[in-house]
Amino acid sequence: MTGLRYVYAVCRPFGTPLQAELTGVAGDPPRLLTHHGLVAVVSHVPERDFAEEPLRSRLEDLDWLTATARAHQGVIDALTVVTTPLPLRLATVFRDDSGVRTMLQAREADFRRTLDRLEGRVEWGVKLYADERPADAGTAADKPASGRDYLRQRRTSVRAREDQWQRAEEFATRLHETLSAVAEDARLHPPQNATLSGAAGRNVLNAAYLVPRSRSEEFVELVDRTKDETTDFRVELTGPWAAYSFAGEKP
Amino acid sequence: MTVVERREIALVDLLDRLLAGGVVITGDITLRIADVDLVRIDLNALISSVNEQVPSPWGELT
Repeated sequence: MTGLRYVYAVCRPFGTPLQAELTGVAGDPPRLLTHHGLVAVVSHVPERDFAEEPLRSRLEDLDWLTATARAHQGVIDALTVVTTPLPLRLATVFRDDSGVRTMLQAREADFRRTLDRLEGRVEWGVKLYADERPADAGTAADKPASGRDYLRQRRTSVRAREDQWQRAEEFATRLHETLSAVAEDARLHPPQNATLSGAAGRNVLNAAYLVPRSRSEEFVELVDRTKDETTDFRVELTGPWAAYSFAGEKP
Repeated sequence: MTVVERREIALVDLLDRLLAGGVVITGDITLRIADVDLVRIDLNALISSVNEQVPSPWGELT
């Protein structure tokens, strides 16, 4: 049994070999499948996990999903060192090598166009968090002397919270404009759920920026400077990523 | 820059990209796009149920 084919990415041929100790999805080191001058990066994966039915239930298993996502990312990361990969969405699976070749041929023009657009670019992730509780929430903790006091305190606290969100929104808009001016392209992801991320505070901006490698240092410095501008909000930078958020055709 | 690169990537940042980004290709086995979207939606419920099942490591101390 040779198994199914899991495809991580499509790239142009590259000279440098991938690091030898790289283990891919399902522990199978990635192989290169070249067709018409395009390279699909592929692992052989077992049917018991990756055939349509088991795959659907596996994806609902958080441990399995985590391991698979990290293995996928490990291969994309290694590719990013030697080339500019076009990452595919998680769990793109084909029956055999010939299925992969057919796909490469059918999408050849798209792939070449997107690879040209992304060549030499990386993605940076920037998130902005606002504290869930406004700074002056402490006043609300004072014991109200009367019902009227209570209502007044409550109004103040609600207003402080609204102000806080408004300032967060304004800061996020300004930050996004500043960073977009240096980036070639930007995408807004939905704000992350705090339960999922485990991060403190409310995520008000979850953005991805496409930046040429040559301007990455400038971009990172710009993010660092905005971090220093505010003590009310937290700015988080992730990356450099392969250009996942920009791999689809432009909307 | 090295600090950012070395820190382990948060799963949620990874899934933002792997489940919502990347080129979408209809492969031989590839799930329908709707299935992958469902995975994203289910994650919320999934993680909260995982949290309920796993007792807090500090639970016994209190």
